[in-house]
Amino acid sequence: MPPPPATGCRTAPVLKQRGQREVFCGLTGIIWLHRKIQDAFFLVVGSRTCAHLLQSAAGVMIFAEPRFGTAILEEADLAGLKDAQAELDRTVEELLARRPDIRQLFLVGSCPSEVIKLDLNRAAERLTQTYAPRVRVLEYSGSGIETTFTQGEDACLAAMVPVLPSTDARELIVVGALPDVVEDQMVALLTDLGIGPLRILPARTIEDEIAVGPNTVFALTQPFLGDTHAALIRRGARHIAAPFPFGEEGTTAWLSAIAEEFNIPRALFDRVTEAPRRRARQAISQAAVPLNDKSVFFFPDSQLEIPLARFLTRECGMTALEVGSPYIHDALHGPDLDLLPKGPQISEGQDVDLQLDRCRAAHPDLTVCGLGLANPLEADGFATKWAIELVFTPVHFYEQAGDLAALFARPLRRKSILKVAAE
Amino acid sequence: MKLTVWTYEGPPHVGAMRVATGMKKLHYVLHAPQGDTYADLLFTMIERRDHRPPVTYTTFQARDLGADTAGLFKKACQDAYDRFQPEAIIVGASCTAELIQDDPGGLAETMGLPIPVIPLELPSYQRKENFGADETFFQLVKHLAKPQAKTERVSCNIIGPTALGFRHRDDVAEITNLLFELGIEVNVTAPMGATPSDIAQMGKAHFNVLLYPETGETAARYCEKEFDQPYTKIVPIGAGATHDFITEVRALSGSTAPLDSQALRQTWWSRSVDSTYLTGKRVFIFGDGTHVKAAARIARDEMGFEVAGLGCYNREYARDIRTIAKEFGVEALITDDYLLVEKTIEALQPEMILGTQMERHIGKRLGIPCAVISAPVHVQDFPARYSPQMGFEGANVIFDTWIHPLVMGLEEHLLHMFREDFEFNDAAGPSHHGGHQPSGTASVQVPAAQEQSLALSTGGDVAIWLAEAERELKKIPFFVRGKARRNTETYATSQGLSEISVDTLYEAKAFYAR
Repeated sequence: MPPPPATGCRTAPVLKQRGQREVFCGLTGIIWLHRKIQDAFFLVVGSRTCAHLLQSAAGVMIFAEPRFGTAILEEADLAGLKDAQAELDRTVEELLARRPDIRQLFLVGSCPSEVIKLDLNRAAERLTQTYAPRVRVLEYSGSGIETTFTQGEDACLAAMVPVLPSTDARELIVVGALPDVVEDQMVALLTDLGIGPLRILPARTIEDEIAVGPNTVFALTQPFLGDTHAALIRRGARHIAAPFPFGEEGTTAWLSAIAEEFNIPRALFDRVTEAPRRRARQAISQAAVPLNDKSVFFFPDSQLEIPLARFLTRECGMTALEVGSPYIHDALHGPDLDLLPKGPQISEGQDVDLQLDRCRAAHPDLTVCGLGLANPLEADGFATKWAIELVFTPVHFYEQAGDLAALFARPLRRKSILKVAAE
Repeated sequence: MKLTVWTYEGPPHVGAMRVATGMKKLHYVLHAPQGDTYADLLFTMIERRDHRPPVTYTTFQARDLGADTAGLFKKACQDAYDRFQPEAIIVGASCTAELIQDDPGGLAETMGLPIPVIPLELPSYQRKENFGADETFFQLVKHLAKPQAKTERVSCNIIGPTALGFRHRDDVAEITNLLFELGIEVNVTAPMGATPSDIAQMGKAHFNVLLYPETGETAARYCEKEFDQPYTKIVPIGAGATHDFITEVRALSGSTAPLDSQALRQTWWSRSVDSTYLTGKRVFIFGDGTHVKAAARIARDEMGFEVAGLGCYNREYARDIRTIAKEFGVEALITDDYLLVEKTIEALQPEMILGTQMERHIGKRLGIPCAVISAPVHVQDFPARYSPQMGFEGANVIFDTWIHPLVMGLEEHLLHMFREDFEFNDAAGPSHHGGHQPSGTASVQVPAAQEQSLALSTGGDVAIWLAEAERELKKIPFFVRGKARRNTETYATSQGLSEISVDTLYEAKAFYAR
């Protein structure tokens, strides 16, 4: 492992730009949240564009009777010819009749519903009363005017926090939707360390729901949970600041911060983490060979960019040229910025044409970007790693550290394998 | 409000993007919130384009709403002009911007850009993608094309192909070649591949070839009225339609050039005895109006299928499709609700579905073979190989595409029928790999066990096979024996017979004859 940097990037000047953003809106979060929360349905109140976005982003998942849909606003809804609240009641009734297994219904706001100021909050309260106790109805916004990509999950989880029951128990809540296999690994590690009681937000069903109070401490597994962080603090809970659990170093630092909070002896910590740490280091060292001494450029997408840049620079031997993030939140991203070696341009927000100019000038070996940019950049000779995969694939904690490095290495390996050039 | 999971068409501004992305040197400035850029990846991923769509989004956010979204729009417009130096700009609003009532057209006009700026009115809450494409192309033609002297040689425009169109790339190549053989020059192909200055030259052509009514009909009508350019009404999908199209083009152009139809193999393939089993196969057809219309004719007249039902998702073509349905003696299904399509297919129980990628998934769920004939389609239907739907080669492609799932369907049927067979079952693997060798001895026991259980269960509903009938059954070729056994037993049960004799076997055969 390379030595820690003399100075990190926490105080580095941040390039803030506004202009065209090439990002998803928060509605996209529904695609993984509905897999995670198994008794929930996500009803977007929006336009045909919202429905089209979900179907484009969900790919083949759309054909598997997904637990999400769009109530498409029509001309009559906008002209005030129909009472929007009554229409919503009718749509929800139709939906719940078709899916009686649904226990939690999320009304998800969109740009159109926000602009016409459709009061989904009131609707959620009214519908909760109508369908209680069988179904709980909550509301959050996944609109593009308010949320970027993974912030949709943040908005959803933040909406759940105020309705969680209260407790005075000293408990740990781990926040962030993870693939089940990763979640199980995490639970096993924390349990082996003797840390508990352990709760997870989001819970898989409404039955597993957790409580929160002044003695609750919480850790985040995802860097995009700013609003949920704030909502938990409002409930009196305390945040355990830590780097995010990507790579061997990130996972160890994350576990160690929690272990410290719970006064776990160092010897126990070493004994529990020794074997998986060794496995992770070994897997990374094999998978990261093509990444050594290569440069990387991050376009903003998911807020995972800073911790991932930290992993790639410190554990895979890469140099970061620019690390772009849609939002930077000091309380969340600070610990990772501390570890990120000084050098890259940190940028927040986006003017995509200007950023493409910078990327072309910097000529990185690997560009991490969205699917709207990836093929055009590849056609120009740039190797790209499309960023969305990093949200959908299990990449957290020790056992996935090698896979995480491999995700970045694959485009470079492929570039070196393919012998026939385009022209 | 309408509860929706799947949409056959995107919003109308995606249609405008299809026109802009198909063209060159045209830029689209779209007043839209952050997130609407998702549509870019339809073009970069599904169609695998190697450049970004020529679209600038204003990406306004919540904090801009109270302030100056109009200023944001003007800045985006100016930046796009400065950076891309297009020959013309189209401007419009997405669904959200439509609600905040900045007027993109008016705003752009006041900027005094030295190029044509064309405003688009696309009602997002009433209309859809195809309308968006059709309207955008019409506005481009209306603003840019002027009456002109006709070319000396007979020429035509090809109208309708866009980005993200189902097989538009190869259809254009196929029809361009066909016209070339007829001695007709193509003046402009638009929108796909055209620049705004090409559009300005459209008036020179003698007539128009309308390939896709969904995306080009309004412009074709306008050209007929303004530039005295008649347009073709027949879409050349299928051998018969291609011949009719050629006749139509000859009438419009006066061309008498001979045509070589050697490459048309579909008609012989269809007549050859291998295809006899296709006769009367019941098919259900769904998609956009144009492709459904063409597919129905091919299915009945060129493949010998029976059309069990048909419909389209774009209401603009509802009248056409209803007329066709009447001609075929079936009910037309005009809907954009895939659940209704699924229900109809379930009720009709066709032997094959011709549809979009949604019907492909319905087919998979119901175990019915399916071929894709229409957008919306996924990435595999933007193939690397040459695969038009139009013209003679298109007819060949269609024959192969429709037949493949059926042959596979037959194989699956055989596998199913002989799933107990010792050397022909799922577990045995393909025989040419010798995969059945090891497991063969083990599974050879299974048919015997099966016979046993059959014999034991004959006390109930199933009639007993008399020895003579059993022997007769064994004379029947192995690949239909299972069906014969089942049919005979069903027949015997329905007749209240407790024993099956040779007579019963042949009575049943006569009963199920088809």
